[in-house]
Amino acid sequence: MLIALLSDVQANREALDACLADARRAGAERYVFLGDIVGYGADPVWAIETVAEMVADGAVAVLGNHDAAAIRPGDSMTAAALAAIDWTRGRLAEAHRAFLAGLPLTLEEDDRLYVHASACAPDTWIYVRTPREAFQSLQATRQRITFCGHTHIPALFTEGVTALPQQHVPTDGTAIPLLAQRRWVAVLGAVGQPRDQNPAACYGLFDDRRNRLTYVRVPYDVDLAARKIRAAGLPDILATRLTVGH
Amino acid sequence: MAKALLHAGMTIDGFRLEERIHRGGMADIWRVTRDDVGFPIVMKAPLLDFEGDLSLLVGFEVEQMIMAELAGEHVPRLVANGDFAVQPYIVMERIEGPTLRARSRDRVLPVDEMIQVGIAVAQALSDLHQQQVLHLDLKPGNILFRPSGAAALIDFGLSRHERLPDLLDEQFHRPTGTPEYIAPEQLMQVRSDRRSDIYALGAILYELATGRLPFGVPSRMAKARRRVWRDPVPPRALRPDLPPALQECILKCLEPLPDARYRRAEDLAFDLRHPDLVELTERAHRLQQDDLRTVLGRRLRARAIMRRILAIATRPPTRPPLILVAVDLRPGLEPLRQALRDASASVLANMPGARLACVNVMPASLIAIDENVDAAGENIHVRRLAELRRWARPLQLPKGKISFHLLETRAVAAGILEFARSNRADHLVMGAHSAGGSFAGRAGGQIVADAPCTVTVVRAAEAPAGVAAPAGPLGEMHSKP
Repeated sequence: MLIALLSDVQANREALDACLADARRAGAERYVFLGDIVGYGADPVWAIETVAEMVADGAVAVLGNHDAAAIRPGDSMTAAALAAIDWTRGRLAEAHRAFLAGLPLTLEEDDRLYVHASACAPDTWIYVRTPREAFQSLQATRQRITFCGHTHIPALFTEGVTALPQQHVPTDGTAIPLLAQRRWVAVLGAVGQPRDQNPAACYGLFDDRRNRLTYVRVPYDVDLAARKIRAAGLPDILATRLTVGH
Repeated sequence: MAKALLHAGMTIDGFRLEERIHRGGMADIWRVTRDDVGFPIVMKAPLLDFEGDLSLLVGFEVEQMIMAELAGEHVPRLVANGDFAVQPYIVMERIEGPTLRARSRDRVLPVDEMIQVGIAVAQALSDLHQQQVLHLDLKPGNILFRPSGAAALIDFGLSRHERLPDLLDEQFHRPTGTPEYIAPEQLMQVRSDRRSDIYALGAILYELATGRLPFGVPSRMAKARRRVWRDPVPPRALRPDLPPALQECILKCLEPLPDARYRRAEDLAFDLRHPDLVELTERAHRLQQDDLRTVLGRRLRARAIMRRILAIATRPPTRPPLILVAVDLRPGLEPLRQALRDASASVLANMPGARLACVNVMPASLIAIDENVDAAGENIHVRRLAELRRWARPLQLPKGKISFHLLETRAVAAGILEFARSNRADHLVMGAHSAGGSFAGRAGGQIVADAPCTVTVVRAAEAPAGVAAPAGPLGEMHSKP
């Protein structure tokens, strides 16, 4: 089965549309949303409704920190993120809030764990950026593969034989075998706000039969997404960073 | 993990073990059969009751992973990989042909046969490299010949796939490989240069030609470093009937600096096929090793040479020329920026395949404002990158041909020079210093004086009195060769 893994949509309609179209073309049969459906972007209502419809159709989704902040005014966030989430909160109806409130922090499926940030204390949203952070995440689960997001930077960690996990920068578009005898943490890049100097939307395709993960990059109409952010009166930096992928 | 010993007659995943045909230090090879497989196959299974050396197991993981990616006549066809949780193994096509080790045992090959072997192995290597795999442990025992004469490579336990995670990287902080054939950069744990395989093939050809190893049999890895400063005895000194062209080929493969070797296995194959076209250098006619004085000089500079090898081997291959343009984003300099863009365009037009690196220098003081570094620092960062992009947009360079960089430094000239040096820029384009202009006089002068490459200094055309400033085509250019 081909599983599409989408993290950090961030209310970016153009990016999510492009990724979903790409995943459909690739033959994805299952969709997993790894959190942060909203935040930063100009289409929170559309994003929630799209994901909710897909969940009703069998997709699964976990909660992200921006989703949590959209229903309960949250804690540590940058000024721009806070401005966006306050704006987002004002657009949501009860049904949207209820959908977000119903999302679990983690989900297990076969030998996989889906979580937004580190599996270690998932409600504290720890970034998985380094081998040490990957190690902590691996310690917190028995599942073989952890799929997460939150950092907006694609990365792949594999449990070391003797030392800390090894970190790999995944090559775009390559089907990477996630060797069955090892445990892995796959950090997907962001659909809606990439920060690895590549503005193209990022999502993952996992083939559970062949046990291979591909990091896919999808160019999309960045300028339109940025214009909508500006038109909504959101902080300009949120529009600018989309165009540079930072 | 299962520790059950394999024995003849047992069946694993439908494969019946017929007989053990080889017992190696790391793995056994069994002749196996399965009804649905219509060609001869073998099973390679690691020894599981070894004492402690985990690198053996990781090597086996690597081999399973890489063989699954490979195809074609130059590798054995993969049939199945065994589950690590039960019994790790690799079942693959059995290639009957002798190994090169067996074929050349106790004898030097006739020149013609040696050339044929060299071409066959170079072709196999070329095919492997085209599949983005580096062998990294090429030696006569890992080369087999098919009845067709084609060479097939085996033993991918130390190999590296350029697009997949390298499980051996950083895991084991010591060089891996076979000291007799290993390239100097591999002694420094570099696992990313295709020319390491060409070096190993050079050592093999040397052995085939002379019956001796170019650097003997180093007792340990540390001794293998000698090859960095000590050149091998020229093959023709040991075998006078060897054509000079062949010595040229062999010694070119064995150059310590990767850049001095063949760039691609295809190039070596070509030279072996057409010895009469080989351009003979001093290497071809050498009959003695370098004199003691020269060797001693290299011995003393060994560390510097190693550093150079490391720098070369870790540089991305086939590097297109790099043009660096320093863009001043301060207000009021639009005409200069326009001239800078025009100058960049014409430099680009003159350097096919070139990449453009757009650099903006940010005073370090702007970055760390207060404890709110993240928000503020990031903000400036992002805005400046966007401005750089906007500046570059009219050049219409595709992604991959252009990059944007912010240098956070107090010393403008030193920052730009360091960037040019570390990125091996081929051409630097910058604005002229003038009143209110781009670089303060001294900084601009220092860059021009110390730059590691050609510098073009651009000045916006002066507007004629009474006329609006024209968009000067190129401004005024001064070049330093």
